[in-house]
Amino acid sequence: MTIRHPIGQGATIPRPGRSELMAQRVAAARLFLVPMLVVLAIVAGWPLLRSIYFSFTNASLNDLGNVEFVGFANYLSWRTLKSGRTIYTGLLVDAAWWNAVWNTIRFAAVSVSLEAVLGMLVALVLNAEFRGRGLVRAAILIPWAIPTIVSARRWAWMLNDQFGMINDLGMKLGLLSEKVAWTASPETAMVAVLIVDIWKTTPFMALLILAGLQMIPKDIYEAAEIDGVHPVRQFFRITLPLVRPALMVAIIFRLLDALRIFDLIFVLTPNSEATRTMSVLARENLFDFDKFAYGSAQSTLLFLIIAALTTLYIWLGKVNFEGNSR
Amino acid sequence: MANIQLNNLRKSFGSFEVIKGIDLEIRKGEFMVFVGPSGCGKSTLLRLVAGLEDISAGELLFDGTLVNSFAPSRRGIAMVFQSYALYPHMTVFENMAFGLKLEKSSKEKIRERVTKAADMLQIGGYLERLPKQLSGGQRQRVAIGRAIVRDPKVFLFDEPLSNLDAALRVATRIEIAKLHAAMHNVTMIYVTHDQVEAMTLADRICVLKDGYVEQVGTPMELYDKPASKFVAGFIGSPKMNFMTGALSESFGAHTVGVRPEHLLITADKSIWQGKLVHIENLGSDTFLYLDIGAEEAVAVRLAGENRYRPGDTVHVAPMEDKIHRFDAADKPIF
Amino acid sequence: MPTLSTLAQLFKSAAFYFAVLLIVLFSVFPFYYAILTSFKSGTDLFRVDYWPRSFSLANFVTVFTSGNFPRNLWNSIFVAVLTVVLSLFLAITAAYALGRVRFRGRGLLLLTILAVSMFPHIAVLSGLFELIRTLGLYNSPWALIFSYTIFTLPFTVWVLTTFMRELPLEIEEAAIVDGATPWVIITKVFMPLMWPALVTTGILAFIGAWNEFLFALTFTSSDETRTVPVAIALLTGSTEFETPWGAIMAASVIVTVPLVVLVLIFQRKIVSGLTAGGVKG
Repeated sequence: MTIRHPIGQGATIPRPGRSELMAQRVAAARLFLVPMLVVLAIVAGWPLLRSIYFSFTNASLNDLGNVEFVGFANYLSWRTLKSGRTIYTGLLVDAAWWNAVWNTIRFAAVSVSLEAVLGMLVALVLNAEFRGRGLVRAAILIPWAIPTIVSARRWAWMLNDQFGMINDLGMKLGLLSEKVAWTASPETAMVAVLIVDIWKTTPFMALLILAGLQMIPKDIYEAAEIDGVHPVRQFFRITLPLVRPALMVAIIFRLLDALRIFDLIFVLTPNSEATRTMSVLARENLFDFDKFAYGSAQSTLLFLIIAALTTLYIWLGKVNFEGNSR
Repeated sequence: MANIQLNNLRKSFGSFEVIKGIDLEIRKGEFMVFVGPSGCGKSTLLRLVAGLEDISAGELLFDGTLVNSFAPSRRGIAMVFQSYALYPHMTVFENMAFGLKLEKSSKEKIRERVTKAADMLQIGGYLERLPKQLSGGQRQRVAIGRAIVRDPKVFLFDEPLSNLDAALRVATRIEIAKLHAAMHNVTMIYVTHDQVEAMTLADRICVLKDGYVEQVGTPMELYDKPASKFVAGFIGSPKMNFMTGALSESFGAHTVGVRPEHLLITADKSIWQGKLVHIENLGSDTFLYLDIGAEEAVAVRLAGENRYRPGDTVHVAPMEDKIHRFDAADKPIF
Repeated sequence: MPTLSTLAQLFKSAAFYFAVLLIVLFSVFPFYYAILTSFKSGTDLFRVDYWPRSFSLANFVTVFTSGNFPRNLWNSIFVAVLTVVLSLFLAITAAYALGRVRFRGRGLLLLTILAVSMFPHIAVLSGLFELIRTLGLYNSPWALIFSYTIFTLPFTVWVLTTFMRELPLEIEEAAIVDGATPWVIITKVFMPLMWPALVTTGILAFIGAWNEFLFALTFTSSDETRTVPVAIALLTGSTEFETPWGAIMAASVIVTVPLVVLVLIFQRKIVSGLTAGGVKG
C-alpha cells in the first residue's frame, strides 16, 4: 500500500534549481580557475595576438613603437610595372619559405613514422617480463631527459667529419668508404638531424605506446595462443587494433611537436638550407635579418598550420575531453 | 530525531528520469530500509535525502522544513558509504574528528565524542591507527563511528555491508541492529539490495522498482500481504512460486502464488503434482524442485533430511490461508 | 640432444636479449662517449677511442674557470625551480575545478588549455619580446620565468587534472557531508593524497624548463644571465676552427649527470606522469 500525503504544511510551490552545494562548488571552481586563466591570457594569449598583428605591419626590431598597418603585404602583394609585368612579392611566393615548409614536412613525416615504428618495437620489448626490465626502462629515459642542446652538441661531436666516432666506426666496419661530413653537406644534413631526433624521441613514443600495451589484458593473448594463432598474426590482429588509441595520441603529439622543431636544427646544422625549418627561418627573419614583420608573418602561418591540424585531429578523433562523469 | 517527508519527489539525469514521483513519510526514530533490484533508484533516493544530488522536482522536508536547497552539512545528516570512504592519510581518531574540527568544536568536546563513539563500537584500541592497518570490518565500524560522532538527526547507510564477506556481514548486521536500539531516537535510512538485510533490520521497508514505490510496510506486512506480484516475488528466499494458466484457473485468479514454506506434501493425489527434477540439501532444510507444468520448477521446503530422489513423483497442496491470488495486472485479489 | 623447439626457444631469447642490448647501448652510448671525451685533453681528443685510455680533468677546470658556467648553472636552477613552483601553485586549484566540478564549458576550457601547450613557441616570440621589453624584464631570469609559464602551466594543469579525476568520489562526498568547503577538500583531503602526483609533475615540469632553449636564447643577451642550454650551445673557441670539444663535453657531463641521477631515482614516477599526460588525455 503506498502512502499519499497532500503537499506539506507551510511549504511553498517547489522550485527545482541548484542547491547550495552545487552553487558553492561552481562558484569555487570559477574562483580557482581565474588566476590560471589570467596568467595564460597574459603570457600566451596577448603575445600571440600581438605577433599576428605584427605580421600585418611593417614593424622593425629597433623601432617597435612605430608600426604602420600594411595589410597583407607581408603575405602577398603585387605591383604592376609600367611594362605590364606583374611582380609578386611576399611570403607566399618566397622560395625560401616554401623550402622551409618542405623541410619541415619532410622532417615531420619521416621522424614521426620512424619513431612510431621503433617506439612500437621498443615498447613490445619492454612489455615482455624479463629481469632488468626496470634498468632498461631507466636507460631509455636518458635520451629524453638530456637537454636537446646537449644532445645536439654530443652528436655533433660524434658526427664530426674529422674526429667523429661515427665516421671512424663506419670506416672500420667497412660501411663507409670515406669520411662523411654529416652536418655540413646538404645531402646528409637532414639525415643527421633525423638520427638525433629519433634517438631522443623514440623513448617518449615507446613509453606512451607501452602504457597502451599494458592496458591490454593478458588473457586475450593466452586465448589466442591456445587457438594456435601465430605471434605475428597476434600482433596485427590483436595488439595493433587495441593499442591504436594510445598510438594515435602519441603520434599526434609528436607530429605537432615535430612541426615546430627549432632547437636541434639551430645547434646541429645551423645555416643549412637542407634543414631550415619554418621555426628556424622565422627566427632568422625576426632577429638576424631585421625583418621583424616578415618573421611574424612566417610564425603566424606556422601557427595556423598547427592550429588547423589540431582542430582536424579533434574533429576527426572526436576525442572526449568532457571528463569522466564527475 | 527527525521526521522526513518526501512529496512527489522526482530526479532526472538529463532526459532520463530515475525517480518518478515518490511520496513517502519516514517517522521519527524509525529504521527505514529502501530495497529493490539494481537500477530501481534506491541509492539515488538516499543521495537526494543526503543532499549529494539535486532534486529535480518535489519537496523534501525535515520536521516540516523544506530542505531541498540545503547543503548536506546543513541538513543534520551523517552517512556511511559502501566503500567506507575513510580518509587514508588520517588516523582513526582524526577521521572521526574531522567533521567536528571543521565546525571548530573544542578539543575536549571532540575527544569526548570520539571516545564515546569508539567505545560504543569497540574500536577504542585503534584510534591511532591508519585505515590501511585495519580489516574490512574494522574500517566499516570506523565509518559508522565517524557518522555517530556528528550526532546527526538522520543516519544514512548506503549498502554498507556489500563489501564484507558473508560471515562478517551477519556479525555487522547485528551490530547495526544494536546501534539502532541504543540510538532509538535517531531516524535511520538504510539502502540494500539484499532482502534478508531488509527483513532483519527494518522497522518498515520501502520496496522500489524503476523509480516508483511498490509498497511500504513492516516486514511482516510485506511478507503476508504483498501489494503486487513484484513485491511478493522479491521478499522471501527462495522466491515465491507462481502458477498461471490451467494451474491457477481453479483458484479464480490469473496468477497464483504460494511460498515454498507454505506447500505441503501429500501422500496421494492432490491439486498439484510433478516430477522431482532437483534437490537442494542445506542441512537444516531441504528444497525440492518439482516440474508441475508451471513456467519454472516449483520449490517446496522440507525440514531436515528426506528420502526423495530425482525422478520421483511428488504431490503438493498449498496451505489454506497462504494462497496469494493476482489478477492480470499483477495486483492482489483479496 | 636438445630438440628443435628448445633450440628455437634459445635462439628466440638470444635474439630478444640482443635487441635489449642494442636498445640500451644505443640509448646510453652518447652519454658514455661524452664522459669519455670530457676526460681527454690536448691531442688525445683527436684520436677516436671507445674505451677510456687517458684521464685528465683539464676540461672541467676550463669549464669552471673561463666563462660564467657556474653562474649559468645557478640561473637554470633558479628559473626552473621558480617556474615549477609558480605553475604548481596555480595548477592545483585549477585542476580541482577542471577535474571534479561539473560546469558548463568545462570541456571547451580543457581543450583550450591543451591547445595553448601546442602553440609553436616561435608564434608568440615576437609578441613576448615586445611584452618583456615593455615590462623591463629583458635579460633577467624573470623574463624566462614569465615566458616559461606558457608551457609549464598548461602541462601541469593537464597532468594534475588527470590525477585529480582519479581520486575516489566517495572520499570527497564524505568530506562534503562532514561540512568541508572545496578549499578545505583540496588542502586537507586531496593534497595529502596527491603528493606523488605533485612530485611527478614537478619533476617533469622542471626538466621541461631546464631544457628550454628558444626563449632563453632570445630573451637574454649577456653571459651572466644565460642559462645552461644557451651557454652550451654558444660555447666557441677563440677561432672558428677551434671548437673546444673537450670543454663542451665536460660542460654537458656536468649538466647531465644530475639529470640522469634524478631520472634513475624517479624513473617510475616520471613514466607514470608522462603516460598520464599522454594516454589518458
